[in-house]
Amino acid sequence: MKKLFELFWTFAKMGAVCFGGGYAMLPLLERELVTKRGWTTQEELLDYYAIGQCTPGVIAVNVSTFIGYKRCGIVGAVAATTGMVFFPVIIIMIIAGLLRNFAENVYVQRALSGIAVCVCVLIADAVSKLWSKSIKNKFGIIVFAVVLLLSLFTDISSGFFVLGAGLLGILFFGREGSEK
Amino acid sequence: MIYLRLFLEFFKTGLLAVGGGLATLPFLRELAAKTGWFTQKDIIHMIAVSESTPGPIGVNMSTYTGFTVKGILGGLTSTFGLVLPSVIVCICVAAVLQKFKENKTVENAFNGLRPASMALITAAGISVICGCLVFPNEIINGNFAAAFNVKGIIFAAILLFLFKKYKKHPVIYIALSAVMGLIIGF
Repeated sequence: MKKLFELFWTFAKMGAVCFGGGYAMLPLLERELVTKRGWTTQEELLDYYAIGQCTPGVIAVNVSTFIGYKRCGIVGAVAATTGMVFFPVIIIMIIAGLLRNFAENVYVQRALSGIAVCVCVLIADAVSKLWSKSIKNKFGIIVFAVVLLLSLFTDISSGFFVLGAGLLGILFFGREGSEK
Repeated sequence: MIYLRLFLEFFKTGLLAVGGGLATLPFLRELAAKTGWFTQKDIIHMIAVSESTPGPIGVNMSTYTGFTVKGILGGLTSTFGLVLPSVIVCICVAAVLQKFKENKTVENAFNGLRPASMALITAAGISVICGCLVFPNEIINGNFAAAFNVKGIIFAAILLFLFKKYKKHPVIYIALSAVMGLIIGF
């Protein structure tokens, strides 16, 4: 029970400060789950993001479900996901109910303009940290470059990139394995 | 039964919207056109609120929509509907993965997945930076003076330096940035 509450609360805290969607949450997850608690590794986190891209739903929720499941099975998955959405749901209801002009408020916009800069920095830092964990050979560099360009300049759904890259991995490394 | 309808509509959205929060957008548009629960203009407002509050954007959007339609219970119902399919699918995937973790083919697939995942995260980072610090449209237009948020870039550099040097929890930097934003504005 204590373990479940810990899961819930850890994710609730992250949900409360995660501005800018699932990707912006990566630096928080990395810090909280890898560095501080050792619940997962950087490689696993990347795997969760990859799978989160091609499974339905919100990425942040998918990642919470994976980590919760890994810690405590199905109940853990539910605890982590409930935690993730806990504060956002409350905050949105308050705003929708009471603060109709919240997003247009000049102070809110100013504070957000600062947070946006911070999110840029956090994502850049997370990318630089995860780089060496995810790209280990020429194959990796090519996949990275192709997917990056395609996702920046086309509208192809990111799920396809992930599925395609997975298949390429099987073909490429499978053959390499049999040659050795 | 409007609650059942809300639940089902968002269950469908959660099941079919692959690739993150903003992927729910087309579904919300369709829902607005179909039900008249909210207008297209409401959606624009909802995006603004979802992006200016913490939490996954898809979750925020569904809470907001549900609440607009039917109050607190409505908000809870639609959020539950949105999240449920991902939770079920991810639990199944996690269970299968745990079983086949040592499998060579799965391992090979992940060797391909990781660089792709990394690329998508990088792309997301670039698009965040392009909406905040650098504006590529202005560069294309030849308007270099408006193409860079100079104050923002300087602040970003300071933040990055502090972040690398002191390695404090990201929350501290988020709070600091909010305060700096209030005072200076970027």
